[in-house]
Amino acid sequence: MFYRQAGDFKSSYREDLQTFALKQDRWAYYALLVVAFLVVPFIINDYWASAVLLPFLILAIAALGLNILTGYCGQVSLGTGGFMAVGAYACYKIMTSAPDLSIFFVVLLSGAVTALVGLIFGIPSLRIKGFYLAVATLAAQFFLVWLFNKVPWFYNYSASGQISAPERTMFGWAITGPNAEAPVRYLFCITIVVLLAWIARNLTRGRIGRSWMAIRDMDIAAEIIGVDPLKTKLLAFAVSSFYIGVSGALFFSVYLGAVEVGEVFGITLSFLILFMIIIGGLGSILGSFIGAGFLVLVPVLLKNVMVNGLGWPTDIAAHIEFVIVGGLIMGFLIVEPHGLAQLWRLAKEKLLLWPFPH
Amino acid sequence: MSPDFLNTIEVILNGLMAGVMYSLVALGFVLIFKASGIFNYAQGVMALFAAMTLVGFQTGQVPFSHLINAVFGTSIHSFGWTLPAVVAVLLTVVVMILFAILVERLVLKHLVNQEPIILFMATIGLAYFMEGMGDLMWGSEMKILDVGVPQGGSLWLEEFTAGWATEGSTYYGMYIDRLDIVATVVAIVLVISLTLFSQYTRTGRALRAVADDHQAALSVGISLRKIWVIVWAIAGIVAMVAGIMWGAKSGVQFSLSLIALKALPVLILGGFTSIPGAIIGGLIIGVGEKLFEYGVGPLIGGATENWFAYVLALIFLVFRPQGLFGDKIIERV
Amino acid sequence: MKNHGTSLVSNIEPGQEVLSVQNISLSFGGVKALTDISFDLVKGEVRAIIGPNGAGKSSMLNVINGFYHPQEGEVFYCGQKRNAMKPHQIAHQGIARTFQNIALFKGMSTLDNIMTGRFTHMKTNVLQHAFWRGPAEQEEIENRLKVEEIIDFLEIQTIRKTPVGRLPYGLQKRVELGRALAAEPVLLLLDEPMAGMNIEEKEDMSRFILDVQEEFGTTIALIEHDMGVVMDISDRVVVLDYGKKIGDGTPDEVRNNQAVIDAYLGVPHE
Repeated sequence: MFYRQAGDFKSSYREDLQTFALKQDRWAYYALLVVAFLVVPFIINDYWASAVLLPFLILAIAALGLNILTGYCGQVSLGTGGFMAVGAYACYKIMTSAPDLSIFFVVLLSGAVTALVGLIFGIPSLRIKGFYLAVATLAAQFFLVWLFNKVPWFYNYSASGQISAPERTMFGWAITGPNAEAPVRYLFCITIVVLLAWIARNLTRGRIGRSWMAIRDMDIAAEIIGVDPLKTKLLAFAVSSFYIGVSGALFFSVYLGAVEVGEVFGITLSFLILFMIIIGGLGSILGSFIGAGFLVLVPVLLKNVMVNGLGWPTDIAAHIEFVIVGGLIMGFLIVEPHGLAQLWRLAKEKLLLWPFPH
Repeated sequence: MSPDFLNTIEVILNGLMAGVMYSLVALGFVLIFKASGIFNYAQGVMALFAAMTLVGFQTGQVPFSHLINAVFGTSIHSFGWTLPAVVAVLLTVVVMILFAILVERLVLKHLVNQEPIILFMATIGLAYFMEGMGDLMWGSEMKILDVGVPQGGSLWLEEFTAGWATEGSTYYGMYIDRLDIVATVVAIVLVISLTLFSQYTRTGRALRAVADDHQAALSVGISLRKIWVIVWAIAGIVAMVAGIMWGAKSGVQFSLSLIALKALPVLILGGFTSIPGAIIGGLIIGVGEKLFEYGVGPLIGGATENWFAYVLALIFLVFRPQGLFGDKIIERV
Repeated sequence: MKNHGTSLVSNIEPGQEVLSVQNISLSFGGVKALTDISFDLVKGEVRAIIGPNGAGKSSMLNVINGFYHPQEGEVFYCGQKRNAMKPHQIAHQGIARTFQNIALFKGMSTLDNIMTGRFTHMKTNVLQHAFWRGPAEQEEIENRLKVEEIIDFLEIQTIRKTPVGRLPYGLQKRVELGRALAAEPVLLLLDEPMAGMNIEEKEDMSRFILDVQEEFGTTIALIEHDMGVVMDISDRVVVLDYGKKIGDGTPDEVRNNQAVIDAYLGVPHE
């Protein structure tokens, strides 16, 4: 009744191609942006930034990247953690060798480096599909983590084998390093997130996105209409790795500050991102955000309820988290393979007709 | 013979033994893949879960004791008995069969006709679920598994081979764990009995029929759901055997499920549907990674076992995607 | 890469050869699928390929659009000898096709499926798409206009935004034809476009095929089992049996060809 499309007419194809077809959706989106940029920075504190908002924003970028590759182009990857490590180490090397370069460009450059690495590991995708490809990406995961552990050049020969982010500023505010304030770090991340989400939407709405989905849905038919499978898949690998690399760079420099590659960027992280897009919705930009939000919030919530509320030991809370996440994955694949984003869409369709569905 | 040469032989032998372990895990994968087309990522966690359950039964642990204690403030831990290994193994077999039934009822039944990749992801979810469940039931600390399998190096073999080296050189003989020898024998027995089972029993024939063609098997009255339960139960028991062997060797702990990930490259080499392939693939990976670590590892910083198998599989995928024993795939349009 | 089809075909007069296959032989590991087949297609005709099951009809189409590479023989396209090419390169030369089993993109709407057919006519790059406003959006809208023409032509306006997976069989076949038409092909290959349809749907489909031939001057190669339809709408017919050509000519000539009658009705064994 209140949420409706009646009277919201389209008079050109350009209007028909809008991201938010309904006026009400459009307004909701603008309102969200206003809150994210003008309200949140003033109320954010360190706990909210480091427990919820920063991991949510940064992992959402990785989820966007994996969704482009897996959700849109249909190529399953289990190497996300390894590629995030590439982004993080690229970021560290660029930060330390070019101290004057703006951190914004450092992050983008790290993404570009990861895109190149992703391209190389994407080459086998021309010949192999499905879980064969998943195994091939496992090779990337284990090899990359080993490489960053074993070759001292990557961590500038530091004694601990760790990398830690030096302080870098933008407009006089510290973005990285121990002096960076929560609101500044948050604003830096959300700017990049909004920019990358907008680009992801643009890439997936037109010719490029359709060529990815064509490969995903039926590669033989895609070839027949002129889609070059190699170029298309490699482009998906490159774009996806760019996103994942940016995410890895931010995860290291803005969020954690110091990392040990095996602990942070292991296979567990790869699975976490994969779960985000399954739960959120394969082939959906919105789904990447919902999935990331969900899997960042669930452990925080469980921990708050079970450890702080009921006083249970943390390891039991962690085990219950495994059970719940595993159960949710199976549940979603059974009930709604398109994830929360699809449920959201269906709910909106129902609401459009409410209260007179016939 | 020079000590170097003998050392290489020892590395190869140890690689073969490790390979047998990989083959054991890969065998479970192949069984499920043949019968249902499902790539069961949870196979490794099944091995871990079975081993934990076995230890739990043997030492008389109360399931979920940590959770119960946390919720009710009690401090129960153990029933106060210890079961003989045989009884514990039998009880674990029962648990694995129950597990197979539950998986079929609650998960697989609802995912019939889904794309293989969806099923694969569902088994990743299953792996997470079981990992959490195992830890909740039996606690996450590392456990010692002892079912009476002999352990430690074979002294006899060491003495026997010590004399092989060229005179005057220092060589102390080969070190081969007796447990590995037992594991090899067990694996051989397991493969032979599985082969006999599938060749000579009614259920075995039904299994092979389903593996060949689902539709045709259904049309002659074979119940697909029953077959799936049986296959998952067998895979569960194979996982248990693998879990016992690995667990006895390096303790029952989380890393056990990661070792099982190595079964993936084994399958790429051997092909997803071939039992001999799984075994030979396992042996190649085992020997390959031990030799690579022995020969090349020291030059590039060691710990190459972490990735060697996967990179070998990757190279294989690019040049021979159908594996060593698979047929060349001709795509029909 | 751009669609070269229009420039290749521009100097070919109606009635002249668009494509010819000469002495094609194709085998799979010893099994002969096609043996020494030659025939041609002239501009603007509907050319039917018929024959019993397993005669090699689909293999013939697969050779023409590059899925199979014959061991012997040559393909001439628009007067030039064609070297070995990948299917996507051949698509850029203006050859489009539909499949025997529907090969639509299940996850996309009708509109998006037909838009993919415009792929060979679109050339904006990744960077332009990343920022959308400007060339990418403009190209998208221009091609949308073409696609809307096809949607009108095939009378599928109401299912524009429906995911194709939800459509009934007959409509899916129509959408697949739409996707092939969207490429504005020089040569259109149709693999059993009417299989599994009822009479009404077959009549609709026949009408669309004849309209395409008339309005766009497209050359059409058609595999079909329904002899009534074949005799009605095709200009010339090729008959295959066991991978060999046993007849070639107008529908009437083929109908009276003894070898063809034998292949369809069977020959009594002495």
